[in-house]
Amino acid sequence: MGFLVAQFLSGLAHASSLFLVAAGLSIIFGVTRIVNFAHGSFYMLGAFVAYSLADRLSGALGFWGAVAGAAVFAGLLGVAVEVLLLRRLYRSPELFQLLATFGLVLVVQDLALAIWGPEDLLGPRAPGLEGIVRILGRPFPQYDLLLIALGPAVLGLLWLLFHRTRWGILVRAATEDREMTGALGVKQTRLFTSVLFLGTALAGLAGALQVPREAANLQMDINIVVEAFVVVVIGGMGSVAGAFLASLLIGQLQAFGILIFPQVTLVLVFLVMALVLVVRPYGLLGRPQAVPRAGHAPETPIAPASQGARIAWAAALAVLLALPLAVGDYALVVLTEVFVLALFASSLHFAMGPGGMVSFGHAAYFGLGAYGAGLLMKHLGAGMVPGLIAAPLAAGLGALVFGWFCVRLSGVYLAMLTLAFAQIVWSVAFQWYSVTGGDNGILGVWPAAWAAPKWAFYYLSLVLAGGGIYLLRRVIFSPFGYALRAGRDSPLRSDAIGIPVKRHQWAAFTLSGAAAGLAGGLYAYSKGSVFPNLISISTSVDALVMVLLGGVQTLTGPIVGAAVFHGLETEMVRHTDYWRLLLGVAIIAMVLVFPQGVVGALERLRPRRPGQAREEAVAR
Amino acid sequence: MTAAMTGHRTATVTGTGPGTGAGALLEVSELDAWYGRARILNQVDLAVARGEVVALLGRNGAGKSTTFRAIAGLVEQRSGRVSFAGTDVSRRASYEIARLGLGYVPEDRRIFTDLTVMENLEVGRQAPRNGAPSWTPERLFTLFPNLAEMRNRPGGRMSGGEQQMLTIARTLMGNPLLILLDEPSEGLAPRIVEMMANAILELKKEGLTVVLSEQNLHFAALVSDRAVIIETGAIRYRGTMAELAADEEVRRAYLTM
Amino acid sequence: MSILQVRDLTKSFGGVQAVRGVSFEVGAGELLALIGPNGAGKTTCFNMLNGQIRPDRGSVTLEGRDLTGLSPRRIWRMGVGRTFQITATYASMTVRENVQMVLLSRHRRLFDLWRPAASEYVDEALDLLEQVGMRPQADRPCGVLAYGDVKRVELAMALASEPRLLLMDEPTAGMAPKERIELMALTAELVRRRGVAVLFTEHDMDVVFAHAHRIIVLSRGALIASGPPPVVRDDPDVQEVYLGSGAMFAKEGAA
Repeated sequence: MGFLVAQFLSGLAHASSLFLVAAGLSIIFGVTRIVNFAHGSFYMLGAFVAYSLADRLSGALGFWGAVAGAAVFAGLLGVAVEVLLLRRLYRSPELFQLLATFGLVLVVQDLALAIWGPEDLLGPRAPGLEGIVRILGRPFPQYDLLLIALGPAVLGLLWLLFHRTRWGILVRAATEDREMTGALGVKQTRLFTSVLFLGTALAGLAGALQVPREAANLQMDINIVVEAFVVVVIGGMGSVAGAFLASLLIGQLQAFGILIFPQVTLVLVFLVMALVLVVRPYGLLGRPQAVPRAGHAPETPIAPASQGARIAWAAALAVLLALPLAVGDYALVVLTEVFVLALFASSLHFAMGPGGMVSFGHAAYFGLGAYGAGLLMKHLGAGMVPGLIAAPLAAGLGALVFGWFCVRLSGVYLAMLTLAFAQIVWSVAFQWYSVTGGDNGILGVWPAAWAAPKWAFYYLSLVLAGGGIYLLRRVIFSPFGYALRAGRDSPLRSDAIGIPVKRHQWAAFTLSGAAAGLAGGLYAYSKGSVFPNLISISTSVDALVMVLLGGVQTLTGPIVGAAVFHGLETEMVRHTDYWRLLLGVAIIAMVLVFPQGVVGALERLRPRRPGQAREEAVAR
Repeated sequence: MTAAMTGHRTATVTGTGPGTGAGALLEVSELDAWYGRARILNQVDLAVARGEVVALLGRNGAGKSTTFRAIAGLVEQRSGRVSFAGTDVSRRASYEIARLGLGYVPEDRRIFTDLTVMENLEVGRQAPRNGAPSWTPERLFTLFPNLAEMRNRPGGRMSGGEQQMLTIARTLMGNPLLILLDEPSEGLAPRIVEMMANAILELKKEGLTVVLSEQNLHFAALVSDRAVIIETGAIRYRGTMAELAADEEVRRAYLTM
Repeated sequence: MSILQVRDLTKSFGGVQAVRGVSFEVGAGELLALIGPNGAGKTTCFNMLNGQIRPDRGSVTLEGRDLTGLSPRRIWRMGVGRTFQITATYASMTVRENVQMVLLSRHRRLFDLWRPAASEYVDEALDLLEQVGMRPQADRPCGVLAYGDVKRVELAMALASEPRLLLMDEPTAGMAPKERIELMALTAELVRRRGVAVLFTEHDMDVVFAHAHRIIVLSRGALIASGPPPVVRDDPDVQEVYLGSGAMFAKEGAA
C-alpha cells in the first residue's frame, strides 16, 4: 500500500513539472497559434543555466537564486525569439511555424553541446529539502512534495492572471481573434512578447527545478517537448486547465505504467492520447480551432502536363537512363538515394497537398517499409524481391491502422497524432531488442545478385520510384484524387454531395504510407542496413523540408525538393561537425525567406491583375 | 432578368450634400487595396463630416468591407491617403488607428465567444476622449437593454441579434469619434433590424459619426444622411438619401431591378 | 402531390426544445419559405431534413420514402440537394470541375483511381452551367469568382444531382438587392421546369414576399403561422415576433 502511495506521489511530482512545461506551451499556442517545437529547448536551457548558476552562487539563496535566474533567462530568451523569429511567422502556414521552431531546436542543441559539452551534469540538491519524509513507512523526497504543491499553485495563479487582470482578459481575447483585438486598440506585439516571456519562463523554471532530480543532458529537450505535446493535445490546445488534467493523467500513467510495462511506457502514453482524441477530437477541454483568418491564396486548379512539360520530362528521363554510361558509382549512389527520397517526399506530398493531412511523422511508414524488408530478411531469410513487396505492404498496413485514428482529426491535432504514432513505431524498433536488434539495427540487407551492381540498383530504383511517383500523380488526377481535394477544400459541401470524406482520406493516407514504405524498402537495400533513426523525428522533418522546398501546391515540387535537399545534406555532412546547427539555420532561413512557401513567393513575383473582385473569397 | 445595366461608368455621379472639403472628420483619398495579386479597391475617395451618418452601398464583393478594413488599418497592401481627425493614419497599425478614436465593427460580428459580455466590453475599453460621447457598460445597457440581462453570459451563448448588439457596444467602449459599421443588419430578423436602426439614430443624437455598409436599402434609408455607392472597387455615386431616392437611373443601375 | 412531407418533427438539446412538433408539406415546383427570429429553430429544422441532426420524434418523407434519421450522404442520394448560407465551393477547382465533382459522385465514380477526372461528364457539366449563365466562366478557378457568380455555381451544383427537393439556407445572404431578385427568379424558373420542390430560409422579406409561394413561420421552435405571403404579412403574431412594424421591407411586394 505504502509503495503504491509513494508511486502515486511521485507521479504527482512528475505531473507538476510536466504541467509547468505544458502550460507554457499551451499559453503560447493559444495566443500566437504557433506550436513551439523549441519549447523543450527552453526547458533544457533552464536546467543547464540553473546548473551553471548554482555552481557560481553559494548558500541557500544560491540554489533558489539559480532557479529564479534560469527562469528569467529562459523568459528573456523567449522574448528574443519572439522578436527576432516568431513575429515574422504569425501569418505563415502552421507547418512552416512548426519547422522553423524545429530549426531552433537543432540550433540550440548544437550550441548547448558547444557550451556545456556532451556529459550529463548532475546539479546540487535543494538546500533545506535534501532529506526524505516517511509516508506509510516509505521514504519520499521532501523536494518532490514541494513540486507536488507547485503544480496546483501555478494553476491557481494562472487562473487569477487570466480572469482577474486586464492583461489576462486581453490575452484570452487575442487567443480567440488576434486581428479583432488589435482593431479594438490593443497593441498586439507587446501582448505577444509578454506571453512568450511567461510561457518560456515557465519552461525554464520547470527545467531548473528538475536539476536536483535528474542530470541535465542534451536529450531533455526532445523528450520533454514530445511529452508536453501529448499533454497539451490530450488537455486541448490552448487550455491551461486541460493541460493540468492531462499532466495528472500522464504523470500517473508513467508512474504506474513503468511497473507494468517498463519498456513501453512511451507507447502506453501515446495509446492513451490516441484513445482520448478518438473520443474527444479536440482534447479533454479543448474546442475546435478557429479557422485561421490570414488566409492564403487558394490553390490554382491542377492541369495535366503541357506539351512542353511532357517533352522536358521525357528528356530528363532519357538523360537519367543514359547516365550510368557516363558517370561513376558515387554519382549513381547519390542519385539512387535521390530517387528514393523523391518517392518518399512525393508520398508525403500526396497526403499533405491533395489530402490536406499534414503528417509530422511520415518517417513511420518509411521505417515500416525498411523494417518490413529487413525483418523478412533477418528472420525468414527472404530475398530482395519478397522484401520489396513486403515493404509497401507493411507500411500500408501500418498506415491503415494509424490512419483510422488520424483522419478523425485535422490541422495541428492531426500533425501531433502522426508524430505520436511515429514515436510509437520508433520506440518499438528501438526497444524490442530481440526482434529488431534495437539500436544495433539490422545489417546485411543487400540486394539480390542481379541488382547488386550500382548501375543495376540505380535502374531498379528509377523504375520503382519513378513508377510510384507516376501512379501517385495518376491518382491525383483521377476521380478519387478530385474527391480527396474536394474533401479538403470544403468538407461540408463534400458531405452534402455524397463524398465519404473520411473514407477517402483514410484510403489516401494508406496509399501514401504504402508509397513511403516502398521508398523505405528501397532505401534499406541501397544502404544494406536498417536502423531506428530511419523513424526518428528528424527523418520526418527531412521529408517535410523536401516537400516545402519544392512547394506543397505543385506536383513536381517534391521531386525537385528531394534532389536539392539531398544534394545540400550530402555536402554539409561532409564539411562540418555542427551539421545540426547548419541545418537548423538553413530551415529557419528557408522559412523566413519564403514565409508563404516557395510557391507563394513565386506567385508574388508575377504581375498583379487589376480589378479582380474576390474580396470575400480571400478576406474570410 | 432584364435589369438594364448601364455598364461600368468611369466618372462618378455626384449629388450635392455635405461631407466634402474642410472640416471632414474622415478623409480618404486615392485609396487602393490588394489581396495578393487581386486589386480590390481602385482610387476610393470618401469624406465624412462630424455627426454625419453615411451609407456605403453596393453588392457583395464590390469593395465595401475592404474599404472599411483598409481605413481601419487591417489590409496590409494598401496605398493612398487616409486622414482621421487631422492625423494621417494611412500607414498606421490598426491598434493605433483605434486609439485615435476610429472604431471598427466587422460584418461577421467576431465577438469573443469565450469571454463574458462584461469581458468583451473590457477588451474594447479606452480612456474618455475629448469631443466624443463617453460610454460605460451601464450607459451601453440602456442603449441595448437585452445585454443588461446577460452580463456574465459567454458570448458564444448569445443569439445573432444579441451578438450584433454586443459587437457594437464593445467598439463603443473605446469612446470613438467615428464608427465603421459593416453590414449591421445582415442575417437579422426584421424586428431586430428595427431595434438596430433605433440604436444608430440614438448614437447619431449623441454626436457620433457613423459610416455603415448595407445591402438592406430600407435600413440604410432610415438611418443615413448620405449614400455612397461602390462597384468593382470604385466609387460610382454619391448624394444625399433624398437625391438617391429620386434618381431612378442610378438606383436601377446599381441597386434594384 | 406533395414531394416533401414533414410530420411532427421534434428535437431537444439539453432539455431545451429547439423544435416542437413541426409539420408541413412542399409540392413540386413550389417555393416554400421558412422564416422566423434568430434562434427560433430554423437551422435545427433544416439540419434534421438534410441529415445533420437526428430528430427525437417525427418523420420526414420524400415522395413516400422515409428519410428520417438517415445520414446526409444517404439523404443526398435519395434526392435532396442543398445550397449553403456561406458559399461552399471547391476553390482549387475550376467552375466546370466543381459541377463535374457532383456528377462523378452521382454516378458513383469516386473510387476510380485511374481515368482523368477532368474529362468525365464534360457536356453534362457545361449544359448545367449554361442554364445558370456560367458557361462562359467554366474554366476559371472557383476561388476567384465574384460572390454572385459563386452562388450561381452552387445552384448548378445543387441541380447536378437531379434533386427532387432543394434545401436553400439563406440563398441570397450577402447579395445586393438586385442580385437577390435575379438569383431567386432564376431558381424559381429552373425548379418550375424540373418540378423540384424548394424549401428556403431567408431574412430578406423583399425576396420572401416576391418569390415564395407559401410561407411558414417558426418561433421558439413551433410553427405559429403558415399561408400565402399576404396572409402571413398581415398576421399580428408574426408581426409581433418577427416582422416588426414593416419598415424593413417593401410594401405589397413591390421590390
